[in-house]
Amino acid sequence: MMLADARTLCPAIRVAPSDPAGDLDFLEKTALWAQRWGPWSALDPPDGVLVDVSAVAHLFGGEERLLTDMQAAFAARDLTVRLAIAPTAGAAWALSHFGPERAILAPDDDAEMRLSGLPVAALRLDDDVLTVLRRLGLKRLGELGTVGRDALHRRFRNRRSPAANPLIRMDQLLGRVPEPLVPVVPQQAPLVQRRLLEPIRHRELLDQVLADLAEDMARELEAQAKGARRLELGLWRVDGEVAVRALELSAATRDPAHICRLFAAKLDGIDAGFGIETVRLRASWAEPLALEQADVEAAAERHGTSLSALVDRLSVRLGARAISRPMPFASHIPERAQRWQPVMAPEPASQEELRFHARPLKLLDRAEPITVLYATPDGYPQRFRWRGQVHDVARVEGPERIAPEWWREKSTVRLRDYYRIEDGEGRRYWIYRHGLIGDGRGGLPEWFLQGLCA
Amino acid sequence: MPPTSSYPTAPVAAADVAALSAVRSKGWKPGLAAQGRFARHSEVFSSGRDAVGSALALSLALDELRSQAAGEVAEAEDRRAILWVQDRAAARLGGRPYRPGLPQAVQHRLVHVLAEKPQDLLFALEEGLRCREVACVIGELAGNPKALDFTASRRLSLTAEKHGVPLWLVRLDAARDLSSARMRWEVRPAPSRPPQWNTQAPGAPRWQAELFRARSHPPGKWTISDDGDVLTADRLASRPVDRSAAPHPVGLAFAAGGRSLAG
Repeated sequence: MMLADARTLCPAIRVAPSDPAGDLDFLEKTALWAQRWGPWSALDPPDGVLVDVSAVAHLFGGEERLLTDMQAAFAARDLTVRLAIAPTAGAAWALSHFGPERAILAPDDDAEMRLSGLPVAALRLDDDVLTVLRRLGLKRLGELGTVGRDALHRRFRNRRSPAANPLIRMDQLLGRVPEPLVPVVPQQAPLVQRRLLEPIRHRELLDQVLADLAEDMARELEAQAKGARRLELGLWRVDGEVAVRALELSAATRDPAHICRLFAAKLDGIDAGFGIETVRLRASWAEPLALEQADVEAAAERHGTSLSALVDRLSVRLGARAISRPMPFASHIPERAQRWQPVMAPEPASQEELRFHARPLKLLDRAEPITVLYATPDGYPQRFRWRGQVHDVARVEGPERIAPEWWREKSTVRLRDYYRIEDGEGRRYWIYRHGLIGDGRGGLPEWFLQGLCA
Repeated sequence: MPPTSSYPTAPVAAADVAALSAVRSKGWKPGLAAQGRFARHSEVFSSGRDAVGSALALSLALDELRSQAAGEVAEAEDRRAILWVQDRAAARLGGRPYRPGLPQAVQHRLVHVLAEKPQDLLFALEEGLRCREVACVIGELAGNPKALDFTASRRLSLTAEKHGVPLWLVRLDAARDLSSARMRWEVRPAPSRPPQWNTQAPGAPRWQAELFRARSHPPGKWTISDDGDVLTADRLASRPVDRSAAPHPVGLAFAAGGRSLAG
């Protein structure tokens, strides 16, 4: 129904926009809050929460009083709930959705008989499966048992998805097969902050505050056995402006001196205005980092820094893209056969370069056009001019023909004939002729110098 | 491991002159690192129109690493990174390293740094020398920038010797300015040896290298080639080979050009 139609029918209708992400967020918070009644909880989107209350009920004075307590706590938050306790998650779900108020299924009850009156929708099945069951005339859980297991087994063959198979769901309900649940685990980004008594306007004071914060952060991270990969430093000014400086680290670390040193370069352009009153350091991305023996690390520190510290320092000063390592890439085109990747990235699986391919030591960023004297149409180059100087070709090997990658490029791209050449003074280059005469993809072929050989 | 230099430091007693000149008259040859004779900071001058400067630096560095590994108890595999730093002008002039063309031992260990300015390059070199997970640092710098004065090169030498990481600085299209480098090379390409089967094709690369300034060796010229496992150097007979018969006075600069204050 359109909103306009609904308003016509009921002018006093209250409208709120749909917010699935917000609802899920709220459900997560509710699930965490519900851990007051049990050691762990799990989400059941869109509107359910499962709490494990095994061996917990006596703390609240029994299961009935536990449910009463829950009801009161949710009512205090203006939430309407339907509660049930059962030995399995499936049975608890069925009872809470379709059973009586605050139903309790004790472990020694006959679950099959107690639940036989519930509708088949209590099995958490997909809509099309429910339709099939309704057409088969199976409306209650008890009626499923009258058909015979083999018949149901033949009818519902999907073993992958439990929501499409009533037998699996029934077994889960009765606890015959396990049903794994994913618990909600709260993640809290380590955060340390300093509220300053007097707003600071000077760099030395800020450096001191930063050093204190880095120490606190190191302690915080050490307690969780983690190391920071991304750090955000927020500076709240008196006049309400906020400056944020973020830092990405190439490997998890919690070394205060290293953190301070990296931030020092980023704090140069900070405008303090009338003063900074709050400084906050937050590790928005942390990775597990085991505790290390201190004196071993100290000895290593005397000997030099680690590679990840080097990468961090260089990328803070020179930019993140300045430091990289070449990785092979599956392509025939020479300039595509190598890609620049972050240093700490793992080596991709690749086929080894063919041994008989002679490749230059260095490749120019862009192949430079050269004018070449050669015997048309496809003779050896005799002499060429590059960067204003003439080279006489003394020795030559080639051509190595590299065809365009037709699966990727346009049909008008020309092939390349590569030659390894050595000039009269012994300088070795890698040049190519772009195209052939009469290949129908352009005029006379052009020559380029692409690589410098050792 | 700190470098154990076999040459004495100034001032020298008169009695040591003979011993010193005997040490200094020993010519350079490949694989000296196995005997504990390192030059932690070297410079290679070359033209920007070819890649022989970086090729020679890479070969000499690999030769040093190889002989070091042979000298020590052979570890399983050296996995330390090889840092290659270029400034923007050098990258424009000579291109960037190309992984399929690099020696097998370098391909998976190379870490490349592109610095915008010579100051950044010097910073990156120094940080690289301080890193314990770097086997050697190769720098490539175009021209004679103001940032690389004698103080800066002295700083690099001291850092390299303190941390024991060798530095090879390739100078493209540069004049021989004042520097504290322990060994200074000038390299030009040499015609390659013809391959066995196709004599018309370019063969294994050879370079004509001139050691014009060194702290512990007399200068000389060599034709150097690297076949992947060993570095071979044939001395060019342009100057008398046997110098031990006539020891030269200590402290006299060997070559007129490329005078360095640190030598």
